[in-house]
Amino acid sequence: MSAPRSAASRLLANRVFLVTCLVATNVAMLVLAVLLISIFWQGWDTLSWKFITSFASRKPTDAGIMAPLMGSVWVCSICGLVALPLGVGTAVFLEEFAKKTRFTRVVQTNIMNLAGVPSIVYGILGLTAFARMFGAFGTNVEEAITLGNEDSLLFLRLPFGSSVLAGGLTLMLVILPVVIISTQEALRAVPGSLRAGAFALGATRWQTVWGITLPAAIPGIMTGAILSMSRAIGESAPLLVLGGLLLVFNTPENLMSDFAILPLQIYNWAGRPQDAFHEIAASAIIVQLAVLLLFNGIAVFIRQKLQKPLQ
Amino acid sequence: MQTESTSPTPPSAHGHHAKPLAAPHVHASGAASHPDAGTAVTVRAFSSWYGSFQALKGLDLDIPSRQVTAFIGPSGCGKSTFLRWINRMNDTIPSARAEGTLDLHGEDLLARSLDVVDLRRRVGMVFQKPNPFPKSIYDNVAFGPRLHKHYTRAELDELVEQSLRSASIWNEVKDRLHSSALGLSGGQQQRLCIARAIAVGPEVLLMDEPCSALDPKSTLAIEELIEGLADRYTIVIVTHNMQQAARVSDQTAFFFEGRLIESGNTESIFTKPKNKQTEDYVTGRFG
Repeated sequence: MSAPRSAASRLLANRVFLVTCLVATNVAMLVLAVLLISIFWQGWDTLSWKFITSFASRKPTDAGIMAPLMGSVWVCSICGLVALPLGVGTAVFLEEFAKKTRFTRVVQTNIMNLAGVPSIVYGILGLTAFARMFGAFGTNVEEAITLGNEDSLLFLRLPFGSSVLAGGLTLMLVILPVVIISTQEALRAVPGSLRAGAFALGATRWQTVWGITLPAAIPGIMTGAILSMSRAIGESAPLLVLGGLLLVFNTPENLMSDFAILPLQIYNWAGRPQDAFHEIAASAIIVQLAVLLLFNGIAVFIRQKLQKPLQ
Repeated sequence: MQTESTSPTPPSAHGHHAKPLAAPHVHASGAASHPDAGTAVTVRAFSSWYGSFQALKGLDLDIPSRQVTAFIGPSGCGKSTFLRWINRMNDTIPSARAEGTLDLHGEDLLARSLDVVDLRRRVGMVFQKPNPFPKSIYDNVAFGPRLHKHYTRAELDELVEQSLRSASIWNEVKDRLHSSALGLSGGQQQRLCIARAIAVGPEVLLMDEPCSALDPKSTLAIEELIEGLADRYTIVIVTHNMQQAARVSDQTAFFFEGRLIESGNTESIFTKPKNKQTEDYVTGRFG
């Protein structure tokens, strides 16, 4: 019916496709390379142990990133520790336990939508819900209810104010939908025959999830977690709304401590007119990338560790 | 045995696993409730639906204890559906429901109060495609027993070895018990799945076309295994392969379009079927 396609034209199409893909890959690599080279060019000289261990200063030569670095680590750790159990739990419930009703469909659609909400909106939500707690405890931190000693690790204060806990929970709101969706995808990718095999041996739903489905889905879940945590480390807008502080002269000591974060510090320095500040902004970016690599490395390590029995 | 199915009673509107038949149970005679008695599974006027589609229409059948019963019939005739009622795997399909009598040693398998977790320990299942868990060979076999009770390491080692021996795979895997089950060949994986099913100590083994994904040599190994297991377990096997049914089974039931057309001794079903449809099917004229 249709004319046979000549070998030459098919080979040409093959080559065109290959070149297109190569160009796309190289453009991405090139952009990344330019970014990295320019940052290391600007920031490498000012990067020193003193820079990492010093606090903020008006003089660029004295300024350091101890406070925002530790602030980022605290906030992102809180975010991850809360978001991962909550997100994985929600996804397991929706995929493995909940009956497919109108209610679960509404929940599902809403989670999809939440993943697309601008992070600044979560900042406003975090400010209202965590930092001020809807004004339920007064509008002034001095009127706050306190639990425990201000110097102890277990010190709590209601409302949370602009503390690392409020910051971590706000970031948790930002990444929660992504964690849920990626975990759901990972659970869906587990073949139904494995669940059937477990059920046929008399496993309860919980035993099937814990013994078979979750272990098989761990690589996918961890990949989603890595991407989410990378996003959390780089987020600045929601914490800016929360009252992101710049002149912090101590590292967080407990959940109620004030904090600065790296992205906001970078933004602040990069926005100043003096070149010296641009250089230390580049140095801070290098540190931020290192923190990102560290978090990802930990996640990859956990993934490898949990995957071992499958080999 | 029955040669003609009775017409099904219409489904009640909301009868999920409904069994309002309060009629006295079949084992009133007393003999059927004994574990070693002739009949393991008793089926009377059994019908089932997926939503509004009626998959099974008024089955009457006795599945004998410690024998191999083969279900044959063309695709979509309902034989796998029926198999999945015996261990209530159909519970995972929300629209599935059934009516009639389905008893295992006199216990009503359709009862709402039935503990399906315990039922599935007693009625094991082997699937069409080998589905080993992505775990070690040892953990595959140990997974089932661990679900139900705590074992010491030594007890578990013993149980795993026994199960693998019963499934005639011990010699092939004894040196690599802790490597992944996914590294085994298809036929070995299927025998591992049989070992896994045996490990929880079932009375009945359901096999849903266990050889359809395997090569002839592996098929032979499974068939020999089935024959060896038949003196300890009640085995029900669904197969598309007529020769296989003739080779391994003592009893054969022929399903067609949701009805049980004919059932009885395998030899008589294959040599002198009473029903024309059965004859056409077993001689390969259709299906």
